Amino acid sequence: MSTLTKQDTFNSILEGAPKNFESERTLAKESYFAQGLPALKAEEYKFTSIAKKLEQTIENFSSAQAFEVSDELVKSSIYPGFEGNVLVFSNGKFLPELSSNIEGLEISALSEKPETAIGSIAKVEKDAFAALNQASFVDGAFISVPKKSQVEKPFLLLSFNKSNEGQVIQPRIWIEAGDFAEVTFIDQSVDLSETSYFLNKVIEIKGGVNTHIRYYRIQNEGKNSIEVSNIETDIQQDSRFTSVNISLSGDMVRNNLNLNLLGSNSEGNMYGLYLLNGKTHVDNHTNVDHTIPHAESNELYKGILADQSRGVFNGKIFVRQDAQKTNAFQQNNNILLSEDAVVNTKPQLEIWADDVKCSHGCTTGQLDEEALFYLQARGIDKTQAKGLLLYAFAGEVLEHIEEDSFREYCISLVQERLGSKF
Amino acid sequence: MSKDNQILEELTSKEYEHGWSVNYEADEAPVGLNEDIIRWISAKKEEPQWLLEWRLKAFKTWQSMTEPEWANVHYPKVDFQALKYYSAPKQNSKPKSLDEVDPELLAIYERLGISLNEQKRLQGIAVDAVLDSVSVATTFKGTLSKLGIIFCSFSEAVKEHPELVKKYLGSVVPMTDNYYAALNSAVFSDGSFCYIPKGVRCPMELSTYFRINAANTGQFERTLIVAEEESYVSYLEGCTAPQRDENQLHAAVVEIYAAAHAEVKYSTVQNWFPGDKEGKGGIYNFVTKRGICAGDFSKISWTQVETGSAVTWKYPSCILKGDNSIGEFYSVAVTNNYQQADTGTKMIHIGKNTKSRIVSKGISAGKSQNSYRGQVQVMKRADNARNFSQCDSLLMGDRCGAHTFPYIDIQNPSAKVEHEATTSKIGEDQIFYCNQRGIATEDAVALIVNGYAKEVLNQLPMEFAVEAQKLLALTLEGSVG
Repeated sequence: MSTLTKQDTFNSILEGAPKNFESERTLAKESYFAQGLPALKAEEYKFTSIAKKLEQTIENFSSAQAFEVSDELVKSSIYPGFEGNVLVFSNGKFLPELSSNIEGLEISALSEKPETAIGSIAKVEKDAFAALNQASFVDGAFISVPKKSQVEKPFLLLSFNKSNEGQVIQPRIWIEAGDFAEVTFIDQSVDLSETSYFLNKVIEIKGGVNTHIRYYRIQNEGKNSIEVSNIETDIQQDSRFTSVNISLSGDMVRNNLNLNLLGSNSEGNMYGLYLLNGKTHVDNHTNVDHTIPHAESNELYKGILADQSRGVFNGKIFVRQDAQKTNAFQQNNNILLSEDAVVNTKPQLEIWADDVKCSHGCTTGQLDEEALFYLQARGIDKTQAKGLLLYAFAGEVLEHIEEDSFREYCISLVQERLGSKF
Repeated sequence: MSKDNQILEELTSKEYEHGWSVNYEADEAPVGLNEDIIRWISAKKEEPQWLLEWRLKAFKTWQSMTEPEWANVHYPKVDFQALKYYSAPKQNSKPKSLDEVDPELLAIYERLGISLNEQKRLQGIAVDAVLDSVSVATTFKGTLSKLGIIFCSFSEAVKEHPELVKKYLGSVVPMTDNYYAALNSAVFSDGSFCYIPKGVRCPMELSTYFRINAANTGQFERTLIVAEEESYVSYLEGCTAPQRDENQLHAAVVEIYAAAHAEVKYSTVQNWFPGDKEGKGGIYNFVTKRGICAGDFSKISWTQVETGSAVTWKYPSCILKGDNSIGEFYSVAVTNNYQQADTGTKMIHIGKNTKSRIVSKGISAGKSQNSYRGQVQVMKRADNARNFSQCDSLLMGDRCGAHTFPYIDIQNPSAKVEHEATTSKIGEDQIFYCNQRGIATEDAVALIVNGYAKEVLNQLPMEFAVEAQKLLALTLEGSVG
């Protein structure tokens, strides 16, 4: 198995891991070695061979350490119009001195919270990369939103990533939200690397009863990132979780977004948009696990692919035997703009309960010629008309961002992309 | 609830209609699988050297392969060394006409409702009847040969039309294709061969009827249909097996070749023994079916009604190579008790302006698992490819499962591909609506299920549609969850 040879170079990272969370790290290490990196034909990584990509681009791996981030850099990196709390990370390490201090909330480095049950949500046996992260992450953050606190302003998780040749950055964040809490997170990374690097991220979100958690993420890093993220959320009764993921660039990006609906009357919404060009390869794997009756999930992922880009979507809705009265909807639409763009999509339903309503749909096509003609007949030139139609297509995802400033920011990025590129 | 239980009880206690077996003298291969067995089969069938070599090559390939495990089915592994690979009813000499066929064999088919006595037959269907490993009779040969149509058992084709067999055998499903196709290529015993010459429209339905009778044997038949330019044929396949406690293996290969402007319609009503209500016994149905639309404007249409088998693993596929060719797949898969089905299709768009349509209706009841697994692939050259897929699942009972695994791989920007799937149970409002109008719950369910499957059943030739509807009713009558 040639794809496993990277394991040798990962060994140094594993050996160099800090001496905390020992039992969790040992468990993860065992699991990682038992699984190995996903082989070439592994079902879950069929179209996105991260292992092969790493093999081709990176010679030797080492863990990237935190570097100094200046106050100016932080200020200039925050997107325009943002108002709220900023949490700053340097190669995954939390920097409290540069971060907002919010009263009532407990925010600290993960190493200061050794009792945190890391790996209890993003389980190591599910994914080899999650196991790799758990076995060898350097440090991360612990964020606790107490009961009944409604944090009006969003949190910006601002990560600065800088890596020398072939370094691995492994951020890890644990978020817990107490009962009746409401909170919004915006996840943004700033890439300062010149060369290829491997970003292997894990975020675990634990929601209490009647919580409302929003997680927005923009992936607009450089062209050098080989990226795997495992974001997994548990939500309880009467809770709602909404995620919006906007992918604009990267070399090869794989997002595993897992949502476990553990209490009745809970609702999960997952939205995603990928606008790809160049040779960017983005793979979104989502998994909604309906474990209890009376829960609902909605999913909408849309993609516009140009040049030689490749978009992969694999949406899995898993309805367990006890999860009667489940409503689950999933949709994936793609527009291909060039001869060389490729889409692989697999909307998957696994249903073990009978009293459910589940549906999924997916389409792949191109812009409607008639709509284009309609606009052109009214004096809008072709490029503009195309941009307009594509923007309308993308807008359906963007409108699910409830945080105004972030939505505006994303709209401006999308418009810029559609205007300049297409 | 008690009423539901009662109905379910009735349903699950329903006996498999074709569960009997007949004792007749049989010519059997020794148990086990090795090169000698293959030589033995080949010699038994008086095959030419090239075919024996082809078989041996396939056997070597098979030995180097491992059993596929990706399918969403679980079953005890098959012990390939414990099977018999050849079993044929003893006949003193090859019958020249139907009158010479052993009346006992004809009686078996009479009992199944397949009349081989062509004079008495009202509908014009030519039947090739395959019992265990060999073809026992083929009807209407004379009428067909006047048109130049060749319809005979595979062994006969090897003897009489070796050039055709040599040309097309393995051209659509190569022996290296997959584990079971390789096994079949090595040990296949008989099957049907059908050749429609250029410009001929086959005047009657051609049909193969498969029956497994012997115990501990595997059935490995091979069907090859070649439709030359501008020809048309509609082909039916039916199958049953006796009720036995142990699992039996059925690994068939069907190959269809359609030249330019040809149309082939292939319909299956699969009713192998599904195992009893505890899930004991039943047939493992691991089948490779594939057609190639080699010429422009050709069309291949698969219709299947899957009600039997303990484990089904079957993906009738179309390779749309010719420009403007069309592939269709219509399927109703019903699973009950402990049955497991992993079935679907593959549509590979290679030519320009190719179209495909997939309609799959799954119905799961009892403790069964029903999966749809399909792939739509649009290659780079396939400009203006069009696909529409719909796969719906109906669940009855809270212990069954319905799963959908559609793969959609697009490499051409002009492709239009749509896929939609729904899963639900029979709506209480629908039942209520029927009840209100004096239709009993049981009848209402039958009505709704038939309506649900109608889109597919409509595709079947009339004679089969009747059988399929009866089968559906038999498998699902009253199974209201």
